[in-house]
Amino acid sequence: MIRFVLTRLGLVIPTFLGIIFLTFILIRLVPGDPVEVRVGERGISPERHAELIHQMGLDRPLYVQFFDYVGGVLKGDLGISVITHRPVMDEFLTLFPATLELAIFAMIFATLVGLPAGVLAAVRRGSVYDHTVMGTSLTGYSMPIFWWGLLLILFFSVTLHWTPVAKRLSDDYFVDEVTGFMLIDTLLSNEKGSFLDAVRHLILPTIVLGTVPLAVIARMTRSAMLEVLGEDYIRTARAKGLGVYRIVAVHALRNALVPVVTVIGLQVGTLMGGAILTESVFSWPGIGKWLVESISRRDYPALQGGVLVIAALVMATNLLVDLLYGLLNPRIRHRR
Amino acid sequence: MTDTTLSVTPAPQAISPAREVWLSLKANKGATAGLIVIVVLVLAAIFANFIAPYGYAEVFKECVIKPCPPVWQEGADPRFFLGADSVGRDLWSRLIHGSRFSLFIGTIVVTISLAAGILFGLLSGFFRGTIDILIMRAMDIILSIPSLLLALAIVAILGSGLLNAMIAVAITYVPHYARLARAAVLTELPKDYVTASRVAGAGTLRLMLNVVLPNCLAPLIVQATLSFSTAILDAAALGFLGYGAQAPTPEWGTMLADARNLIRSMPWVVTFPGLAILVTVLAFNLLGDGLRDALDPKLKR
Repeated sequence: MIRFVLTRLGLVIPTFLGIIFLTFILIRLVPGDPVEVRVGERGISPERHAELIHQMGLDRPLYVQFFDYVGGVLKGDLGISVITHRPVMDEFLTLFPATLELAIFAMIFATLVGLPAGVLAAVRRGSVYDHTVMGTSLTGYSMPIFWWGLLLILFFSVTLHWTPVAKRLSDDYFVDEVTGFMLIDTLLSNEKGSFLDAVRHLILPTIVLGTVPLAVIARMTRSAMLEVLGEDYIRTARAKGLGVYRIVAVHALRNALVPVVTVIGLQVGTLMGGAILTESVFSWPGIGKWLVESISRRDYPALQGGVLVIAALVMATNLLVDLLYGLLNPRIRHRR
Repeated sequence: MTDTTLSVTPAPQAISPAREVWLSLKANKGATAGLIVIVVLVLAAIFANFIAPYGYAEVFKECVIKPCPPVWQEGADPRFFLGADSVGRDLWSRLIHGSRFSLFIGTIVVTISLAAGILFGLLSGFFRGTIDILIMRAMDIILSIPSLLLALAIVAILGSGLLNAMIAVAITYVPHYARLARAAVLTELPKDYVTASRVAGAGTLRLMLNVVLPNCLAPLIVQATLSFSTAILDAAALGFLGYGAQAPTPEWGTMLADARNLIRSMPWVVTFPGLAILVTVLAFNLLGDGLRDALDPKLKR
């Protein structure tokens, strides 16, 4: 196992350095004056320009700049935002709980609906129910989620007035930020009704962000279950006279879960991409909206830092899933 | 010795691989439906100028003063089947012209990423060693950044616009093809026919392109169909965020970006472009699934 962990880490570390290198290059490829790109000041005097170049170390050899950058990144220093003049890392950490809260609920929603739907589709293979689930999940997988969000707003917010259109909480409530998770913060505050308000704000974005993962989980669960249901030990269980429910729930599902859990873990990248669109549609103050705004405000240090941290997060979760998979499945662990 | 008459039942007529794929596709209802939609889209794209009643940038002032909803709603102008947008342009004509952009985007993105992916995959698989490590690590790096975010970052550098959006999306797909191509090369290389042509004196380039590549195509074709649909989705998403095709281009995602503030007053401007994206993407996914079952029976469940 130790050897397996070490090989995986050996693959991850160069990739991570590569991502640092990529973001290092990224900001240097932005057309225009490097000082303007990084500081956002325009039309400054040549003296100030030279001073800033020196201050940021842009007059030093490229490889020195790179090692400086790597050193900064490892200490959590991602540079300063051009717009807010705050450290990019602080900005990220302030906004990240909003995205995390949304992503967690989207995954819970996707799993709670997708897993049972996939299991039932496999058990009743070829039935109308199976075809409906597969058709619906392929539609969900093909969904332009930005449009899906607008449609849900059109129906539930504009027509039915059931759910709010944007943000995490109505302006009527003032809730102190303690954890950054709105559902927890509203419970901790004294504002009556704010918790339910936060829940109402969370419903549509959760559905929108959860749609694609739900489709993927349902399809994956179905095919994993079908594979397991064809195994000899299922026939044995049947021959012993076990009930369908017990066979499915105890014997089949447990074995089908391994690939499904892997797929759930690997959805992190999809979720971050989806968060960009979902947060833009619902004006959700999270990382996705922040990244899009960074581009339109030409806040390149923020974009650079955001890409780096998100890539690191995706890599870390993929590594974790990989290691867990190895822990659960010795065949993977001992494969060269 | 007795005289034995051998009765020989004739072997069933051999079916060519292409015909086999076609028969399997025909039997798959979803794939057939997808294929029909795609054919209709291609026809719409080719003959857009003849089918669309109006030009995509043609403005009707009367629909700016008073919104024109689709014909089945009250207050509609019968000339505009799906109504007109806020600038007074016929939505139906814009959607038909938009099919050109979606198919064009899909074709260009898939071509660029497929070509680059095959190149990297062949180099990796044939030469192994340092080249392999370098290429595959580079692919890992690209894969660890969510594709939409990477595409946005690339567009932030190159500038917005349809061409840059297509390049950006294409770059994010290269690793998928490179990995598939490399894996296919590695399974094909030890086979006898490769050794045979090597012994016969085929050079590396010939081995790569004429001998090994044709046998690696099946998974790449499936992936190409499936990423045709994601390419349309991602390019539309970039358009929606304002970094893809720019107005007045009737690209469906860009049309949605223009329309999102009108959701209360003119909901039809939001509904139809999105529906067009969904139907197109669904059609390619159905065809892709069908092709996968037809080309790779091992995966069929």
